[in-house]
Amino acid sequence: MSKPKVAFYWCASCGGCEETVVDLAEDILGVVEKVDIVLWPVALDFKYHDLEALADGEITATLLNGAIRSSEQEEMAVLLRRKSKYLIAYGACAHLGGIPGLANQFDREDILRFNYEDAPTVVNEAKTRPQLEFTEDGRSPHLPELRHVVRTLDQVVDVDFYIPGCPPTPNLTKAAFAALLSGNLPPKGSVLAPDTALCEECPRKATKPADVAFTAFHRPHEQLLDPDKCFLTQGVVCMGPATRSGCGAQCTCGNMPCTGCFGPTSRVRDQGAKILSSLCANVAGRTEEEINPVLQGIPDPVGTFYRYGLPSSLLRRRVDLPHA
Amino acid sequence: MSRLKYAPNVRVIRLMCSGRVDPQFILEALRRGADGVLIGGCHPGDCHYVEGNYKMLRRYRLLQRMLGDLGIAAPRVRLEWISAAEGERVKSVINEMTRQLQALGPLDLPGKFTDWDQEVIALAREAQAKVAAETEAEVAHV
Repeated sequence: MSKPKVAFYWCASCGGCEETVVDLAEDILGVVEKVDIVLWPVALDFKYHDLEALADGEITATLLNGAIRSSEQEEMAVLLRRKSKYLIAYGACAHLGGIPGLANQFDREDILRFNYEDAPTVVNEAKTRPQLEFTEDGRSPHLPELRHVVRTLDQVVDVDFYIPGCPPTPNLTKAAFAALLSGNLPPKGSVLAPDTALCEECPRKATKPADVAFTAFHRPHEQLLDPDKCFLTQGVVCMGPATRSGCGAQCTCGNMPCTGCFGPTSRVRDQGAKILSSLCANVAGRTEEEINPVLQGIPDPVGTFYRYGLPSSLLRRRVDLPHA
Repeated sequence: MSRLKYAPNVRVIRLMCSGRVDPQFILEALRRGADGVLIGGCHPGDCHYVEGNYKMLRRYRLLQRMLGDLGIAAPRVRLEWISAAEGERVKSVINEMTRQLQALGPLDLPGKFTDWDQEVIALAREAQAKVAAETEAEVAHV
């Protein structure tokens, strides 16, 4: 019997998810032994026509990382969906929109103008911008179009499973491969990670008081952080209570608060609204005069609470931007 | 009892306490097409659960700022202290807010989502047309 086929693909992402596959270290050999990799642009030289030549559903599983932000990424998502039995959103960007999803706060024209004209490191007196089509030496190449909206993978095509994280941890990746190869899979649409809050696996949990009363919020660089005490007792925003566990609490173990990359648990629809609710409820003070200065300690609520999940949030995007 | 009349375009959702208003509820209402959300809470000091309305106030302050960053105008989400004995105030706040929202015009998030997704629907149609053209070409070849 031939080995199951697996594809890796990347869209709007940083490459960290690809690193995580390599971070399987020796275990990757076990995976390679059991599967045929048919596409992995970052590591292996397959062409898109190789992919097109496959039959529909011939790939057992595609792990796609990155948000969907360009016409090319959409085309690839549609093609890979068709060729794959299981399409897996791999990592925070494909799952929730990720860091690229923060662009949903801005107009596409502003983004293009900054990046090609106004950025301090750019010299572009002719104000040249990439064109979708152009002709040079008799050839007419075309480039993908940047969309107005950054999307999660499941806002573009049907997704079977999600592996969360920025990037996903090797243990989750390994467990996902084991589940795929054994066919012992959870219901479609599952996030392949525990369904409890990060606090459950955080070693600081014992020091989390039942009753927090924030008198100020501090950003992590503004003070020395106690390596053992719950961040919330130190007045530092930690996304842990509104974030899914499964990462092994790597950030809190490294003395940095959780920033929420695993997204919410299944019982929360909007991670940002939920952590806002929880943090604010515990602010000390009963009048606007007492409350407002404390809340000023969170200068960028969108960037803090939706750092990895703006496209998958209830509002998806700043609502008053142009879309065409 | 007083048979006071207020604007008919209000949908009332009863909760035990303004402290039960999860900010997700407010976003969900907007997402489903509400033009605005009015949260009515008991006056400070009057909370049966002691802290509920203060919790709402704290959430509201930050939620307002966050919604502003996401392009939702401040009058669309409003917090008012209105006790059960203040029917007249319910009427005047609802009528005033209705007027303000009418002046702002519809928020229409469901319509916005549809507009935003035209760029993807266009792709789906393109792909469909391509498959159809290929199938047609095959038929023609036969």
